[in-house]
Amino acid sequence: MKVKNSMISLDETDLEILRALQKDARETYGSIGKRLGIAHSTVYDRIRRMEEQNVIKGYTVCMDTDKVGARRITAVMTVYADPKEVEKVAEQLVLLPEVLEVYTSVSEELLIIAKVSALSQEELHGFIAEKVAPMIGVTRIRTSIVTKKFKESQFSP
Amino acid sequence: MTQDDSSRALKTVPREKAFYFFTSIGNYTGVSADSLKEFIAKINEVNIKSVEFHISRGDFEKWVSDVLQDSELAAEMKRLQRLNLTGNSLRDQLNFALSRRLKRLASQPSTRQFA
Repeated sequence: MKVKNSMISLDETDLEILRALQKDARETYGSIGKRLGIAHSTVYDRIRRMEEQNVIKGYTVCMDTDKVGARRITAVMTVYADPKEVEKVAEQLVLLPEVLEVYTSVSEELLIIAKVSALSQEELHGFIAEKVAPMIGVTRIRTSIVTKKFKESQFSP
Repeated sequence: MTQDDSSRALKTVPREKAFYFFTSIGNYTGVSADSLKEFIAKINEVNIKSVEFHISRGDFEKWVSDVLQDSELAAEMKRLQRLNLTGNSLRDQLNFALSRRLKRLASQPSTRQFA
């Protein structure tokens, strides 16, 4: 398989390296290279290239939030907005630290879907009432609070 | 009540200070009010679930007190909250209390003028 767009071309080896890093970003170049049958320097070069091309946007920690005492609630917020203002509203949402992810979508109407984190239901409500509802173009908001998470992962190339 | 109190309560507030009507946590109806006059109009047209939601949380009292800075009306909102009214009787009582207050505030400058 080969993934290509106007700027970046990734071959099967690149994708294998990405899969390995997604599974364990701390795996050594040597270990990845050995498994793929290539030199560790090749792994290093390819990772560097993918970092420079922003294919690899960073390395992060997957933590158990309950264990580190950061017990928070997560909510999925659907923001209905004037079609002319949807992009601006989405851009404003991106800037808010309470907002973790932002997407636009078209179902019956153009809308924004955002994942939000807050310490409590009261804080969540205050955030939406004071920061999101007043945004120009917002016409309605529907929010669902997550009660249980069954899966959370990233697409594997 | 001074003329300052009256003008504060009758002012139009910036959009970030407006009252936004929700039906439950995080569920915004799309209805908002940026003045006492508009607040009365919206109380009469918004889904009654929203009115019940906000009165039970003390949101009307808080907004009237913090934003409109009308302590007398805030006390009236608090009194209505304690009555635990629902449905149209709640809407009617709110409408009556708010309209009476608006009428009184609106007549304040002229009353002072001739006092």
